[in-house]
Amino acid sequence: MTDHHHPLPTSPIEERVNALESLLIEKGVLDVAAIDSVVDYYEHQVGPMNGAKVVARAWVDPDYRARLLTDATTAIAELGFGGAEGEHMVVVENTPEVHNVVVCTLCSCYPWPVLGLPPTWYKSPPYRSRMVREPRVLLAEMGCPIPDDVEIRVWDSSAEVRYLVLPMRPAGSEGHDENALAAMITRDAMIGVATL
Amino acid sequence: MHDLGGVQGFGAVEVAADEPIFHHDWERRAFRLTVACLLSGHLRNRFRHAIERMEPAWYLSSPYYEHWLTSAATGTVEAGIVTREELDARLGASYPLASPIRAPQLSDPGQSIQEHRFAVGDAVRVREWHPLGHTRAPRYVQGKRGKVVRLDGVFSVPDVAYHCDRTRREPTCSVRFEAVELWGEPGDPVHVDVWQSYLDPAQP
Repeated sequence: MTDHHHPLPTSPIEERVNALESLLIEKGVLDVAAIDSVVDYYEHQVGPMNGAKVVARAWVDPDYRARLLTDATTAIAELGFGGAEGEHMVVVENTPEVHNVVVCTLCSCYPWPVLGLPPTWYKSPPYRSRMVREPRVLLAEMGCPIPDDVEIRVWDSSAEVRYLVLPMRPAGSEGHDENALAAMITRDAMIGVATL
Repeated sequence: MHDLGGVQGFGAVEVAADEPIFHHDWERRAFRLTVACLLSGHLRNRFRHAIERMEPAWYLSSPYYEHWLTSAATGTVEAGIVTREELDARLGASYPLASPIRAPQLSDPGQSIQEHRFAVGDAVRVREWHPLGHTRAPRYVQGKRGKVVRLDGVFSVPDVAYHCDRTRREPTCSVRFEAVELWGEPGDPVHVDVWQSYLDPAQP
């Protein structure tokens, strides 16, 4: 096979989607009605609110927290969350000594059942290249300065495990119930680019 | 161009507040058709490798779901589901696809392994291997020494599965690399998850 030089595409992306989509429908590969329910699920029904419930439960229930840290996939399934890109979960816990942050340098691996589909920045070359090389600088740039005496542990999800960060419970939240706690928890804190 | 860990020259991470899941309807439709191709099995689990074969300047300058669209188009052409001619005719122009597969097709996947070779705490070194095909061993840890911190499950080795009709399964584990080993200066550690055959024993 001859390799051609590939200039950057000039045809509008919408037209390329139209072309492939129409062919896949004709070939019987794409059943729009069937797959629309999958799209709707990822667009509207799954997201960081799931992960927030997991974190809030871990904050109020020490036994659950222990199960979450030893067998995260099973503990997360207790709350009804699981499926594609969440089959092999590991939860890493932030402490006063350790701050965890997750990246995928090779592509865009991300725990879909607990965080939904990833934001654009998580998939971007600046984040993927720099988070392993200069995590402390990049976290500060992203508004998450980490004290010098705290170790930053970067987790590059390069195989089958998908990671969720268990943030530290914020001071002053002692009286909050599980729902109020869940409302305080952000997606970015569960990736590790924010604290609470 | 996908193997970005430690690559320099990129600037600030641009975070958009309240970002929608899909920015444009074409992104939603690219997601939908790719999911359909994945569920149908037509991409023969080569989804990631087709993205990796995009020309580097194109890969870096195109939005994320253009990668998915290109992988779906390339994968279905390679699977014989659609032809390049059909795509060109439908588009009315040359349909941009990823570059051809360069790695040889494997006839023998090798023996599957169930048992972990290493234990937590073992010193290991990532083998130096830069195959023409797919691998999940990031370049920035190749040849580097680390310590096993967690044993994970037994999974199909993607390096094999992407280039063979059969699979080989091996244990995986997470390895901690100190910054000085990776970059030659002090810093924070990075953990990388690897298949067992990526590793050799090392002196502690």
